Amino acid sequence: MSACPDKELLLHALVDGELDAGNVLALEAHVAGCAACAAELAGIREVKARLADEHAGYEAPASLRARLDAALAEAEAPPPARSRLRIETWVMSGAISALAASLTLFAFIPAGDTLESQLVDAQARSLEAQHLVDVETSDRHTVKPWFNGKLDFAPPVVDLAPQGYPLVGGRLDRISGKRAAALVFRRRAHVINLFIWPGEASAQAKLDHKDGYSLVRWGAGGLVFWAVSDVDSPDLVGFQKAFAAATKS
Amino acid sequence: MSGRLLPFRRGQPRAASSGPAAIGSGPPGALRPDPAGAAAPFPRPSGAPRFRQLIEPHIDAAYSLARYLTRDPTAAEDIAQEALLKAFQNMDHVRGEVRPWLLTIVRNTYFDWRRRDGGRIVSGPAADAVLERSPDEAAPSAEAGLIRQGDVAALRAAIDAIPEPFREALVLRDLEELSYRDIAEITGVPMGTVMSRLARARRMLGERMGVLEATA
Repeated sequence: MSACPDKELLLHALVDGELDAGNVLALEAHVAGCAACAAELAGIREVKARLADEHAGYEAPASLRARLDAALAEAEAPPPARSRLRIETWVMSGAISALAASLTLFAFIPAGDTLESQLVDAQARSLEAQHLVDVETSDRHTVKPWFNGKLDFAPPVVDLAPQGYPLVGGRLDRISGKRAAALVFRRRAHVINLFIWPGEASAQAKLDHKDGYSLVRWGAGGLVFWAVSDVDSPDLVGFQKAFAAATKS
Repeated sequence: MSGRLLPFRRGQPRAASSGPAAIGSGPPGALRPDPAGAAAPFPRPSGAPRFRQLIEPHIDAAYSLARYLTRDPTAAEDIAQEALLKAFQNMDHVRGEVRPWLLTIVRNTYFDWRRRDGGRIVSGPAADAVLERSPDEAAPSAEAGLIRQGDVAALRAAIDAIPEPFREALVLRDLEELSYRDIAEITGVPMGTVMSRLARARRMLGERMGVLEATA
């Protein structure tokens, strides 16, 4: 007794969890009344179970891991002949000193306590090692729940990759002593920090500049939004439009 | 608008945050124009640490696929190594899931290897043994005997005996656990073809296990 020919592939897809809910229900109803298909289904499950239980897959031999380690060590070794790696290292250390210099410069400027300077400072802080994002993902469904319990409001989270501003992750920050959500987006080589906290502000976006950074602020749904970045102003305004459009309910 | 002055920590190294170190662990390229132009726009751990984080968890999967494609331990090791090093060199280009990406590289490396002077096995005397074995055992019959439960060697031999496109679909789905869509992309065939190949492979194996009937 064989399974119904038109059901065979569906039975495999059912076992593999590749059927949508409607087809699952229809197929399960059919299997309940068709002994041949029920036997076939059980057989497919058995094949899968034995492949999984009996470790039919292979483990990489130790010799392969050893060869890989050796190859990696060579690639990582201080390079006599690897000029490319050396240039990268040089560029990196140059960037670090440049960053250190700019931060020192910042430190000698009397730090006003204006909101703008705090935001610019937070943007600069976020670019320091290890603190760009606390939760790194481009998946807004991961970022949004991550804020749960950490804030007393729910910041809207959207990925704007199609519009050219991919979501990088999220972070908690403190602005004017209050907790704020910081969403981190990327625009080519630049970082955009979007700070969000509860408050009232005009829905009309307003553009400012401070210390070489651009800032765009606006309000929506009882939340205040400040986008801060060193991208060109049109790019930041474009980001604001994209974000506002994507979160408009 | 203005609040109290925050204790700014400009210029001081900041303690490592609890977050993943994948982003922001290098100097920001964003503060000034990147002198290297096309260098990584976003600093991430690179080199061996990134390899360990990204690719090492899938080394067994890479070797296993190479092993079932070549059916030869030495060739599998060569192909897996070549593919993993290619992955290492290209890991900045990974988009989406690592596993399907890596297995695509393994598969391409296998086909390159087979094309290059036919591959060692396919050209050598061992080739005949491997290639001639397939048609005989490709349609396993009752005479081949049932695979006893727990006899991994017999199970692996039975998988090896399945003709390539069917074997490949089975390995990618049931051992590497890729989705139908990923398998279709990797093997370059429509999803329906993936499904029918998988069904045939499982039937051949199921017959040898005594759990599926010979013909549907």
